[in-house]
Amino acid sequence: MSVFLSITFSGVALGAIYFLAASGLSLIYGLMDILNFAHGLFMTLGAYAGWAVAVHLPSSIGAPGLFALSVVAAVLGGALAAGITEVLFIRPLYGRPVSQILVTIGLDLAVVGLLLGGFGSNSVRIPVPLWLIEATKVGSANLPNVDFLAIALGLAVLFSLEWFLRRTRYGIIIRAGVENRDMVSALGIDVGKAFTLVFVIGGAMAGLAGLLYAVVFSGDLVSPLQGDSLLIFAFIVVVIGGLGSIRGSALAALIVGFVQDYTNLYLGGHSGFAEVGNLSVVLLLALVLEWRPRGLMGSVA
Amino acid sequence: MKSALKVTDLQVAIEGSHILQGVTFEVPVGGVTALLGRNGVGKTTTLRAILGLVPRSGAVQVLDHDVIEWPTFKIVRLGVGYVPEDRDVFSALSVEENLRLAESGPDARYNDIYQLFPELKERARQRAGTLSGGQQQMISIARAMLNGWPLLLVDEPSKGLAPRLVSEFADVLERVAQHATVLLVEQNLSVVKRLAKDIVVLDHGTVVHTGSARDLGDAQLVRQLLGVAGVA
Amino acid sequence: MLLLLFAVVPLVGWHVPWVLPGTLDVVNSTGTLEVLALCFMFAGIALGYDVMFGFTGLLSLGPVLYFASGVYVFDIALTRWQWPLFPALALTLVVSFVLALVLGAIALRVDGIAFAMVTLAFAQAFFYLIEDNPHNLTGGDTGLAVSNLRLPSILSGAVANTRSIYWIALAFLVVTYAVVWLVTESVTGHVFVAIRENEARLNVLGIRPFRFKLASYVLSSLIASAGGVVYLLIIGTAVPSAVASTTVTLSVLIMVVLGGAGTRWGAVAGAIIYVYLQQYLLKIAALPSFTTLPAPLRVPLSQPQFLLGALFVLFVIFVPGGIAGLVGRLSTKRAAPSLASRWRDSKVAKAIEK
Repeated sequence: MSVFLSITFSGVALGAIYFLAASGLSLIYGLMDILNFAHGLFMTLGAYAGWAVAVHLPSSIGAPGLFALSVVAAVLGGALAAGITEVLFIRPLYGRPVSQILVTIGLDLAVVGLLLGGFGSNSVRIPVPLWLIEATKVGSANLPNVDFLAIALGLAVLFSLEWFLRRTRYGIIIRAGVENRDMVSALGIDVGKAFTLVFVIGGAMAGLAGLLYAVVFSGDLVSPLQGDSLLIFAFIVVVIGGLGSIRGSALAALIVGFVQDYTNLYLGGHSGFAEVGNLSVVLLLALVLEWRPRGLMGSVA
Repeated sequence: MKSALKVTDLQVAIEGSHILQGVTFEVPVGGVTALLGRNGVGKTTTLRAILGLVPRSGAVQVLDHDVIEWPTFKIVRLGVGYVPEDRDVFSALSVEENLRLAESGPDARYNDIYQLFPELKERARQRAGTLSGGQQQMISIARAMLNGWPLLLVDEPSKGLAPRLVSEFADVLERVAQHATVLLVEQNLSVVKRLAKDIVVLDHGTVVHTGSARDLGDAQLVRQLLGVAGVA
Repeated sequence: MLLLLFAVVPLVGWHVPWVLPGTLDVVNSTGTLEVLALCFMFAGIALGYDVMFGFTGLLSLGPVLYFASGVYVFDIALTRWQWPLFPALALTLVVSFVLALVLGAIALRVDGIAFAMVTLAFAQAFFYLIEDNPHNLTGGDTGLAVSNLRLPSILSGAVANTRSIYWIALAFLVVTYAVVWLVTESVTGHVFVAIRENEARLNVLGIRPFRFKLASYVLSSLIASAGGVVYLLIIGTAVPSAVASTTVTLSVLIMVVLGGAGTRWGAVAGAIIYVYLQQYLLKIAALPSFTTLPAPLRVPLSQPQFLLGALFVLFVIFVPGGIAGLVGRLSTKRAAPSLASRWRDSKVAKAIEK
């Protein structure tokens, strides 16, 4: 029973991180038709921003305070990277969607190359407050506190995003634009601003996802190649959930998190396949695409 | 301002198809000008080209501004309402949200709209995707009228609608045309005859006839230009 | 012709400073020959990818899967199972063919972005599979060095044999180019282009694009696998991070775009320049005079990935037609399409008119 509880819990935590990574991607694709390969870069940069802040500020602030600042730095770092990317590299290529995708690939490679040069493939460690490393006893299971954090932040972002999309003018513009970009322009609205906004929001969430992933699943270690390996899963979640749908991403993220954790648990030991969790996620993708090419809740094919 | 809209040598090519091969016409201020032609001749493309929704070359003057280089939203903000051929309402948004999006300023005429289309007020929270064709058309026309803009581009508003609704929309357009200029694409000749002052006829990618709506009384001309028998 | 020039390289013992990528500045040194062999191998692979991406318009993010299968199946057959050379080669190609047929049929059920995602996911899955080292076949993370027992002596990697390997790589490129040329000039090739330009129209005509897309995919994948075999001969070891990771896919994509998609020789030029620069930059970064540069300058310049990525970004924004596009624009005289090509074009055009 306790095994069931802790696996479920870590599955949800993983799902929360996938959601953070995937929802931005989903919006960006839904609104702008761009497969943003630089998203992995935003995640990595967010994690590094969190690390840099925690390491360079005086420790007198105290571990929890430093960590809170790390989180803020990760969000801002991701947002800034995304904003710069959109303005400098995506905008000039308006009307050339394939080129836009290619440019995100190039950026990803180039900047990761830079990070590899600066840090090598070694990892750096993010300082975290003590309670994050500990676990809380729930029933007979020991649930890691980091999982609580991930889930809490994931939910917070989900609700904020929903609020933003439903209650603010730009939220309405984005929802309309995902459906029919041209008509939004034909109503006299400058969609370009919405583009930048969507990129920045996506980047902010990606930065947070990067930091959380490092803390929850990577032992507080940050390395240059992290974001890209997370990116693949983010893409899979986006396609399964349906391009352009936030709720779809949330649902798919949960499912993928569960599938990965459960298959790892139950099948991992037997076949000698340590990575069977990953394999089953890919299988899931193939299944979903065969059965429902638009994804679980997709409105754009 | 002599004309609300002036199009000169408009050319549009899409995927190898040279749809508009030099369209030139003028729309005088006030009243309804009808853009006519057989199916597939490029009427919708002309409207979209005016708004910059398809790549085009030539010259377009909207309300005395040269807009050929302008992005769509900027052209629209000059005061151009657009009722597209397929309504293009946002099905995931509510009726209210659909209208809100079209708002360009604080003096949007919601009262007028709700007076004309009371159903829109009743169903304000309903998702637009769940409405009937006629109701969606109400949204489409309402949001073009919402800001009281001087130029309206209307593409086949009667398509797929019951005759009673067609007549209602014709009433609405008549009212609108008292204070604005309307460029109307329409296949239904009785509507055209009722509303239009002038006509422009397209064929083979260019303008083949301009004149007044009275020309539609000539059945032979109508058959030659439009390939249909005149409407009784 | 360029071909003759390249063929003769291993026999040339000149000392040429500055320009060469190997540690010794001699034209036919092992270092130089190895790099050039890699260039040719990637050129062939890029060419194969161009058929799918440049000509047919299919953005696949998974060619590394077939490259890796080429490398690993060949390696496993030779090393773990001690098969002789030609059966191992045959097995490799058969496995890749079957894989491409099956996976391609699944992936091509969807279009555009979803297709790209599926191919990416499959390639990643393959990467995980290899890393997992099932039944101790692949050697997992540490990789699998090829055993020399079954290779004819001219191929096993001693210094003197680098020449043979060089010529094999060159032969691979030449054969691939010939095959690709034949295919793209044929009616099939023109259907590929028609698919890229306007697939909807083909559907209306009753031509089913699926078969052609699958054919394009399978051909491209087979070429990638053959390239994998050549890779193993050159490098001698298979390591998943070098052979099966998505970086390989992205590199190939960059090579094709850099050179100019859909132009054949563009892909070749792009690949040769990319690989050559990559190795050359690595060599420069190791030079003593280089390490004395201040860090902000040294770090970016020592990372070929950064430089090539940045170059790619610049090309995408400013030179979207790639090198081939540049050359096309600069030359005032446009070559008339070959007579055979024009005849094929009109045949397809007539079919479309009907």
